[in-house]
Amino acid sequence: MPLSREEVQHIALLARVGLGEEDIARFREQLSEILDYFQRLRQVNTDDVPPTAHTLPLHNVMRPDEPRPSFEKKEILANAPQRENGLFRVQAILEE
Amino acid sequence: MRESELSGPLHYLTLHEAADLLRRREVSSMELTRAALQHIHDLDDRIHAFLTLTEELALEQARQADERLARGEGSPLTGIPAAIKDVICTQGVRTTCASRILEPFVPPYDATVIERLQEAAFVMVGKTNMDEFAMGSSGENSAFGPTHNPWALDRVPGGSSSGSAAAVAAGMAYYALGSDTGGSIRQPAALCGVVGLKPTYGRVSRYGLVAFASSLDQIGPFTRSVRDAALVFQAIAGHDPRDSTSAPLEVPDLTEALVPDLRGIRIGVPQEYFVEGMDAAVREAVVAAVNQMAALGAQVDWEVSLPSTPYALAVYYIIAPSEASANLARYDGVKYGYSYTQSDSMWENMEKTRQYGFGDEVKRRIMLGTYALSAGYYDAYYLKAQKVRTLIRREFDAAFEDHDVLVTPVSPTPAFKLGEKVEDPLQMYLSDVCTIPVNIAGLPGISIPCGFAQASDGARLPIGVQILAKPFDEASLFRVAYAYEQATGWHRESPPL
Repeated sequence: MPLSREEVQHIALLARVGLGEEDIARFREQLSEILDYFQRLRQVNTDDVPPTAHTLPLHNVMRPDEPRPSFEKKEILANAPQRENGLFRVQAILEE
Repeated sequence: MRESELSGPLHYLTLHEAADLLRRREVSSMELTRAALQHIHDLDDRIHAFLTLTEELALEQARQADERLARGEGSPLTGIPAAIKDVICTQGVRTTCASRILEPFVPPYDATVIERLQEAAFVMVGKTNMDEFAMGSSGENSAFGPTHNPWALDRVPGGSSSGSAAAVAAGMAYYALGSDTGGSIRQPAALCGVVGLKPTYGRVSRYGLVAFASSLDQIGPFTRSVRDAALVFQAIAGHDPRDSTSAPLEVPDLTEALVPDLRGIRIGVPQEYFVEGMDAAVREAVVAAVNQMAALGAQVDWEVSLPSTPYALAVYYIIAPSEASANLARYDGVKYGYSYTQSDSMWENMEKTRQYGFGDEVKRRIMLGTYALSAGYYDAYYLKAQKVRTLIRREFDAAFEDHDVLVTPVSPTPAFKLGEKVEDPLQMYLSDVCTIPVNIAGLPGISIPCGFAQASDGARLPIGVQILAKPFDEASLFRVAYAYEQATGWHRESPPL
């Protein structure tokens, strides 16, 4: 069940990963081979088997909601590729 | 103390031997640190274990450690030079995950494990090379060039904690921290001939570990002896309220587990781990290791079966990429790291940031995970994998009802040649077949040296044996590992550099 070229492009769009022409061809082949390997899971009977998300016997870990100091703004902005007036600078998201 | 008076060169001492010298004031932390840094300068052009060296910081930490030692204070880790995988956040020290996308990133905080080591007055010599975002089994996915195996420089050291394993094997640090999501500590430890421990999931805080697959990731040590691994584990383990998946359990004193006999220990050997295509030397060395454990008094059951084992790799390569695709969504070029800014379109800039910032393996896994979680495929891939995960856990639970530990190979082959598997991702994934089920079930596992394979090109390559215990029973694992190590001494070998 090989992936189509369009499917590879669609996945890349969902993941917001830009791909070059040669990437599409290579990933199409490699991802198809890996997905094909996953088909072996169909042989396993999982009727009435609950899913495991993680292995710890912990649920709803709570802590008191107490105020405490946060990072300084300048520490957090120090890694920003673009900043302006003490804020992250981003491009317009809404178009006119 | 002069080097000629020691059993071997200063940089190949074990951590606890170095700690004894420090405590007796026969050597200073400053001397150990300078020797380690000199050794790194002499060798790392050929090995490339480090991405960042922190020489000034290390010398300052050594000075502080010496002051503490002079007051008769400190713990076994005080003043001991260590290397830290570049996926663990270090305040003020660049943390890249070996990725272009994080190349300029300087964390504003320390990971919990780093804070705990600082309480012990440790010395950090640098940050180690790795597969990008810990995705890989050879170290070759580093955006900054591969690490070379100290035992054979044309071979891989394993991965993803490639630099940490190589640094400890080559005597550049007395121990290193790595992270293990599917074998990323144990497999490179085996391929480099050192000890590597993946603690139980939840045992060591993940706060400040850059997330790959959050239900599988765990931090652990690389060392040159089992006792050393116990010392580092003891220092970094324990509950941390900043990690909600950190277990609120006491960590027992493991030094009591380090006794040189195995009477009363029940060992199981799961047949499914001796996979088709396994290297004959690996099989022989692991069987010989189990026989040695029997000679030390353990009772061995060779007939254990974990029938879902052949499905573990598929389960892992659905679950881990799914979690990764969510965790790596944060790299959008806005908050930190590399940012493409040439386009007028916000979406195009984000896509190009991720196109140029991530390497191929990271893109493959983000896409695999995105696919497995997407509408119409969720039940067939992600949910199915989570259900098989339950079956794998249940089989381990059953096996541990009448066995204290399970013993298996770590990697089906010794170190392979650089470049050999780069173009074939599925073949690369298969090198994790013996380590992956352990993360899926959240168990503790340790890899310790158990012999050598003679390659056809003449290289003498280390082999590791893996010991597994039930969740939070690291004590049983350390007991078996220690008794075996003391009876054999493979860990005393060092590479021909």
